[in-house]
Amino acid sequence: MWLFLLSEILLFGGLFILYSSYRYKNPLDFHLAAWELNRALGTINTLILITSSLFVALSIFFVRKGNRQLSSLFLFATIFLGVLFLGIKYVEWTAKIGHGLYPNSPRLLGRSNGEILFFGLYYSMTGLHGLHVLVGIFILSVMLILTIKGKIDEKHFIPLENSGLYWHLVDIIWIFLFPLFYLIT
Amino acid sequence: MKYKTYVWVWVGLVILTGLTVSMAGMNLGRLSIAMVLAIAAIKSGLVLGYFMHLRYETGLLFKLMIPIVLAALTIFIGLTFTDIAFR
Repeated sequence: MWLFLLSEILLFGGLFILYSSYRYKNPLDFHLAAWELNRALGTINTLILITSSLFVALSIFFVRKGNRQLSSLFLFATIFLGVLFLGIKYVEWTAKIGHGLYPNSPRLLGRSNGEILFFGLYYSMTGLHGLHVLVGIFILSVMLILTIKGKIDEKHFIPLENSGLYWHLVDIIWIFLFPLFYLIT
Repeated sequence: MKYKTYVWVWVGLVILTGLTVSMAGMNLGRLSIAMVLAIAAIKSGLVLGYFMHLRYETGLLFKLMIPIVLAALTIFIGLTFTDIAFR
C-alpha cells in the first residue's frame, strides 16, 4: 500500500513542479487569477477533509478495540464528508464555468497566457484530486459494508487500515493544493 | 495510542489551517510563499506521523521510503528550476 501511495506522491509531485515552473514564469498572472477563486469555499473544504481524516483514523481505532458499531458510524461520517467535499467542489466549478472560465472557453482564451495556464492547472489538478476523492468514497463504502457484515473486525482490519492510508494521502494532497491555488496571491 | 491523540492532532491541523488562511490576508510578499509551504509541510507531517502512524512504524526501510521520495522530488524541482532560470 505504501508503495502505491509513494507513486501517487510522485504523480502529483510532477504536477506541482509544472505548477511552480509556470508560476515562476508568469507570477503576475497567477497572482491575479488566484484572486478569482473562492477562498471561503476552499477553506471549508480543507476543514472538511481534515475532519474526515480524523474520522477514518477513529474508525480504525475503534475497530481495533472491537467496537464495530462506533467504527461503522465514523466510517459513515467519513464517507458523508467526502461526498460533501465533492458537492462543494461541484458548486465551485459550476460557478467558474458559469462565469465562462473553463478550458478553451472564449472568455478564458481572451485573457493572458498565464491566466489560461493557471485555470488549466486548476481544473486538471483539483479534477485529478476530486477523482481520487471519488475513488476513496467508493473504497470506504465497500469497507463500511464489510464492517457492518462483520468481515472486518479487530482481527481482520488490514483492508480498512489501507483504505484509511489512501484517504489520508488524498487529504495531504489537498493540504498542498489548497494554499497553492487559493492562498498564495 | 489513545484516541485523544487523534483529536489533538486534528485540533493542531485546524489551528494551522486558520493560521495559513489568516496569513494570506497579510502582505508578506515573497515570505508568504515560504511560510504557507512550511505550514503545509508541518500539516502533512502531522497527518503522516499520527494519522498514518508513521511515527510508530519500525524497520529502517520503512522509515527511509518517504525521505527518499521527497529527496527525488527535490532533485527534480531543483533540476527543473536551474533549467528555467538559466535558459
